[in-house]
Amino acid sequence: MAILLARRVALLVPTLFFVSLLIFGLQQLLPGDPALALAGEDQDPEVIAHIRQKYHLDQPLPVRYALWIGAALQGDLGESIRIDRPVLDLIAEKLPVTAELAALALLISLSIGIPAGIVAAVKQGSAIDYGMAVVALWGLSIPNFWLGILLILLFSVELGLLPASGFVSPGESLGQNLLTLIMPAFVLGTGFAAGIMRHTRSAMLQVLSADYIRTARAKGLGERRVVLRHALRNALVPVVTLAALDFGALLSGAVLTEQVFTIPGFGKLIVDAVFNRDYAVVQGVVMCTALAYVLLNLFVDIAYLFLNPRLRP
Amino acid sequence: MIKMVIAAIVLAMSAMLAGASAQTLRIGLAEDPDLLDPTLARTYVGRIVFASLCDKLVEIDKNLAFVPQLATEWQWTDDNKALVLKLRQGVKFHDGEPFDAAAVKFNIERHVNLPGSNRKAEISAVTAVEIIDDHTIKLVLSRPFAPLLAALSDRAGMMVSPKPAQGSEFAARPICAGPYKFVERVAQDRIVLARFADYWNKDAIHFDRIVFLPIPDSTVRLANLQSGSLDLIERVAATDVDAVKKDARLKLAETTGLAYTGITINQNNGPRSKNPLGQDPRVREALELSIDRAALNQVVFDGLFEPGNKWLPPANPYYVKSLPIPARNLAKAKELLAAANAPRPSVTLMVSTNPQLQRAAEVLQSMAGEAGFDIKLQATEFASALGRAVKGDFEAHLIGWSGRTDPDGNIYNFVACKAPPALNTGRYCKPEVDRELEAARAAGNPAERLAHYTKVAEHILADRPIIYLWHGKWLYAMSAKLAGFVPHPDGLIRPQGLRMQ
Repeated sequence: MAILLARRVALLVPTLFFVSLLIFGLQQLLPGDPALALAGEDQDPEVIAHIRQKYHLDQPLPVRYALWIGAALQGDLGESIRIDRPVLDLIAEKLPVTAELAALALLISLSIGIPAGIVAAVKQGSAIDYGMAVVALWGLSIPNFWLGILLILLFSVELGLLPASGFVSPGESLGQNLLTLIMPAFVLGTGFAAGIMRHTRSAMLQVLSADYIRTARAKGLGERRVVLRHALRNALVPVVTLAALDFGALLSGAVLTEQVFTIPGFGKLIVDAVFNRDYAVVQGVVMCTALAYVLLNLFVDIAYLFLNPRLRP
Repeated sequence: MIKMVIAAIVLAMSAMLAGASAQTLRIGLAEDPDLLDPTLARTYVGRIVFASLCDKLVEIDKNLAFVPQLATEWQWTDDNKALVLKLRQGVKFHDGEPFDAAAVKFNIERHVNLPGSNRKAEISAVTAVEIIDDHTIKLVLSRPFAPLLAALSDRAGMMVSPKPAQGSEFAARPICAGPYKFVERVAQDRIVLARFADYWNKDAIHFDRIVFLPIPDSTVRLANLQSGSLDLIERVAATDVDAVKKDARLKLAETTGLAYTGITINQNNGPRSKNPLGQDPRVREALELSIDRAALNQVVFDGLFEPGNKWLPPANPYYVKSLPIPARNLAKAKELLAAANAPRPSVTLMVSTNPQLQRAAEVLQSMAGEAGFDIKLQATEFASALGRAVKGDFEAHLIGWSGRTDPDGNIYNFVACKAPPALNTGRYCKPEVDRELEAARAAGNPAERLAHYTKVAEHILADRPIIYLWHGKWLYAMSAKLAGFVPHPDGLIRPQGLRMQ
């Protein structure tokens, strides 16, 4: 087990190295000159030259990569050119926001998706099953930004129940914090709930036709106990994988939702940085997201070992 | 039972929402500002925050006249090569330090010397700052330079406290002498300011706090105002004006600013200028004659904006009245194209990915099409468009300018030979125009300046390095209870006089 873990951890190094090359390389493909984009309206040639020199934009690519990765290895991801703040500070400020949003969204998606998946599997082929399929398809295909705007118009403008956008940190006011996050978490969560529901349903169907379920039923166990105790536990393995991957996607994929609800999270940080050509921020944020993904995958693999003893060496 | 639970939840929610203090003014901005240091700041939106944070030597009123702020009076010397300013007494910076001539000297020198200063070019004519007494200062110039006063009414005139400004983290905690002092900033989320108790003009200040919230999406910005989460928003979309007017809880404010939008034509920047539009003035004239500016304004902006054919709107004191907007004339446009031997010139019009500009570009495409132009639209993300424009990788570019108080700021950098290459992207260069522009900079009295700008206009309207199309308006929406808002041509939101009724 320890060897398995060590091997997995060792694999992280080349993966992250490759990712860093990719991030750096892809960013160079962005059209436009970052110094011009950051020089503001006045486009003063002296300011442009100053930005080029200060942020090494006048150096050849390999040198810039070496400077960046060298500093990154020492824990320095550089500085935002636009607002002159360390990228690490920005990440530390934004990551908890997005993590909270993602966790809430995941909670919503699981609490909708799993029960719906179970019901659809147990009532396979019934009107309820088809009804759930339609709702799931609807949840998958409805664009986040559109649903977001509609919810804002309904709950904020018409009913005046929820703040239309923005974010209040839980430290300041937990109530306000939840009020600001409930709509975006719902918007994000519904999209993922559909996937969770479909996966739960198919996993449950597979498990429900297994021999040990027949045995359990033959022993005279109640249907509720068979489904929830015996079937669900095994059916959850693929769902856990999906949920962990979803969490990764939620961390990086909250981009549109964060834009609509003006939540100062990771997604907004990166989108604004791309438009402003704030290279250090883009690189730092994507690198951290990649790291989060890789670690989540590792975590899933470890979770498997606990959920399914057959995988243990 | 369920009804009771819902009622309880609603009650709890409204209680939480009502928690925000009535003495806080919440302003929705269209973007997140950049560095909050007047010397380094580069964005328009940052100036809105500065209007509450940093007082300037000179202020402008709603008619663009200069009025006192930190300087109480000023006088040009007889040769126009020095400006003497009397400073207001008893003014303090937010850190309690006194504002005096030494502080002004420090600030002007900082604008000139700080690496990366975005102000240096604006006050480049200043060669020395002489302290006459504690509250009198003399700016010595290398040459007469009329735009200086306007620069001092903007970021170059903002005074920061000298001691903290020598530290490296100043932009993270700016200390000025304005009505509000800096409290905190969460990037992309909010900037919080609190009333400065020792402000020299504190009777004009009625809110305890101002919170600026950057909300880029105009629909969401408006939704926040409608739901009561904001009190005032800037840059309302022209398409939302009707919704604001119909809402009894809201009111609208507007002013024609100093901005313009036009088509920059590549006449002299690389191989892509070598086409009929770039090389033949008759083709450019035909393009202008194919455009109906009033119809364009009606279709794209519901008639809210102001059509124009020069770099300043008609209400501006330096507007050249003698050269009115030419009426649309398709027959003449076709004649000109035939004479130029280019009956169906193909033009690629670059436009940034902004819904309003793109709609305008589509209207232009169809109008010019009727005269025979084959216009291809090239929608390009803003930073990419900027990069292409500088490199000369464009034929025509639909782009705007937010405008400056002094007329020089709307024209010089876009058509002068020595203009920054990133602004004069078509590389228009004509010695006669340069001479007039320099003369307008040096001229002391407004009538004389206007005479020089009239000559400039004659050249520009004939050569068409830019075909000016319209002047945007600054549109604000606010709670009907907010009183005292006075829109200024520079678009900034001044907190003086604002109060909740």
